[in-house]
Amino acid sequence: MTSPARPDALSRRRFLGGAALAGAGLAGAGTARAEAGKPDPLITEVQDWNRYLGEGVDKRPYGMPSRFERHVIRRDVPWLTASPESSVSFTPLHELDGIITPSGLCFSRHHGGIAEIDPASHRLMIHGLVEKPLVFTMEDIRRMPRQNRIHFLECAANSGMEWRGAQLNGCQFTHGMVHNVMYTGVPLKLLLAEAGLKPQAKWLMLEGADASGMNRSLPLDKALDDVLIAFAMNGEALRPDQGYPLRAVIPGWEGNLWVKWLRRIEVGDMPWQAREETSKYTDLLADGRSRRFTFVMDAKSVVTNPSPQAPLRHKGRNVLTGLAWSGRGAIKRVDVTLDGGRNWQHARIDGPALDKSLTRFYVDFDWAGQDLLIQSRAIDSTGYLQPTKDELRKIRGTNSIYHNNGIQTWHVKANGETENVEIG
Amino acid sequence: MSRSASPLLLAGFAAAAVLAAAPLIAQTKAAAPAKSAQAHPPAKAATGAPAPAAKLGLGREALPEEIQAWAISVRPDGKGLPPGKGTVRQGDEIFQAQCASCHGEFGQGNGRWPVLAGGQGSLRSDRPEKTIGSFWSDLSTVFDYVRRAMPFGNARSLSPDEIYAVTAYLLYLNDIVKDEDFELSDKNFTSVKLPNAAAFYDDDRETTEKAFWGREPCMSDCKQQVTITGRAAVLDVTPDAKTAPKVD
Repeated sequence: MTSPARPDALSRRRFLGGAALAGAGLAGAGTARAEAGKPDPLITEVQDWNRYLGEGVDKRPYGMPSRFERHVIRRDVPWLTASPESSVSFTPLHELDGIITPSGLCFSRHHGGIAEIDPASHRLMIHGLVEKPLVFTMEDIRRMPRQNRIHFLECAANSGMEWRGAQLNGCQFTHGMVHNVMYTGVPLKLLLAEAGLKPQAKWLMLEGADASGMNRSLPLDKALDDVLIAFAMNGEALRPDQGYPLRAVIPGWEGNLWVKWLRRIEVGDMPWQAREETSKYTDLLADGRSRRFTFVMDAKSVVTNPSPQAPLRHKGRNVLTGLAWSGRGAIKRVDVTLDGGRNWQHARIDGPALDKSLTRFYVDFDWAGQDLLIQSRAIDSTGYLQPTKDELRKIRGTNSIYHNNGIQTWHVKANGETENVEIG
Repeated sequence: MSRSASPLLLAGFAAAAVLAAAPLIAQTKAAAPAKSAQAHPPAKAATGAPAPAAKLGLGREALPEEIQAWAISVRPDGKGLPPGKGTVRQGDEIFQAQCASCHGEFGQGNGRWPVLAGGQGSLRSDRPEKTIGSFWSDLSTVFDYVRRAMPFGNARSLSPDEIYAVTAYLLYLNDIVKDEDFELSDKNFTSVKLPNAAAFYDDDRETTEKAFWGREPCMSDCKQQVTITGRAAVLDVTPDAKTAPKVD
């Protein structure tokens, strides 16, 4: 830079950082294409970070992302709920890649705010139709055989605001009630075996320790299959907003069942018809009747880039990317169209395509500046093909709130701006 | 934002803090009937899981007092109900003091707070109003939910008698009982049925949406013409970066 050595390199960097962020909205910002023939000062001049010392290893005992990434955050939609303590925030899918969601960006949904619990004060009780009711401490649970598994957690209401038509402009808002992390925990079947199930046992009730006392009924078959009681995500303890110190992991099933701050499991012979499986998480259909216990999240996908919050900025070479997932198994194939469904191509799946996990896909393409109508459709290992929104509405109407896995359309305009639209 | 001002708001979240409406199904037939209820679950764990041969010997027996302190769930058949009673009149008084500031004197809901009464006959309409009276299936859910989660911000503070009384008042607000002297108790609780009880059925997607499986989708020249029929920008209800939380 032209100015001589400044002792206050830090504040200078802050200034530059702010400027860079402000310029992020300009098309072409950050490209190296400056005026033809004119040398790039970022190359010809020695930069601050190339001259002055950076922070020492002792400055960031728990590291955070670069401040140039500070726009990459969860966001909420204030008009959606009456109170932020019973509400939801959204994962910034358009800023992420790969399949693992950083813990601090995982969307969160609470019904009574975030319970802050000292693990030493946490207890898990199992009682009801068992041979011996038990109480476990976190220390007890950490002494049991563990498993590690990567699964998506999707809120049953993800995309729920879109049943009546295109409403929110950004995949963070239309599809961001989903995250995917590696959980470490103890199979629920081991805990149940410790207590010993009685022959009449058919259902479990999971309950949280938070101020909503969140409770859901879970069929025993699922509990004995692949449910984990997890204490870690992405290699470290659960985050408080994800249920620290203990939560249920119910692979492939709607997020509401993944009870956080899990403190009690009651074993019974019928479901409890809790508020969260009667008033909520039941799906009202057009005939006035409602489906209940719609546990599984069906195959779904979304293109995360380009999308309304991530417009196209360059003509020529571009990368289209997105996520696909299914609660019924693994993703086998993803197709993408750029012309509103007239023609489709197979997307390239990269990285692991695990069972009940987010799966990353790409289409590398050239853009000449024409309008695009982009869609993706997923096919899972059971042969389920992601339906269009109209196909779903034909069966369910528009008032079922939950389980909207219809195909999403993005309209990319000539200037690269991208909008959430519906097409016919 | 008022309900009328946000036409497309997600009803599921709208009622976030409360009692709204839902099912009854008196003896509900389990949704996904667990077929293998076994006295001893298989010791062999899932794929890749450790398979201990015997019990681990971890945890300790729960004492009756501990179970009683935490076991607050109530089922449709009345299992879990504590002894107690309360009248509509008593419930009215408690409701006005503890609940009306959010839910309105008559359960009509203030602002964005959930509506608890009314909406009967609206479930097939364009804008259904899902309340205890119009939508919920079981009275047990009212008791269970009020006991565990209400009042919002001061949960677990009502006594069993107070919860019986508030539940009775909610029945009255929904025209399910007409007499202000009606007394609800653990004795007569299961005799009360909610109007929408029969309107719920277990997940049937694998049957009614069977057509979504096994389709080989069209890959080229799939349609002639494509028209944009709806745009999110027209509504303009997406929060922008300026309103997002500050992070530093």
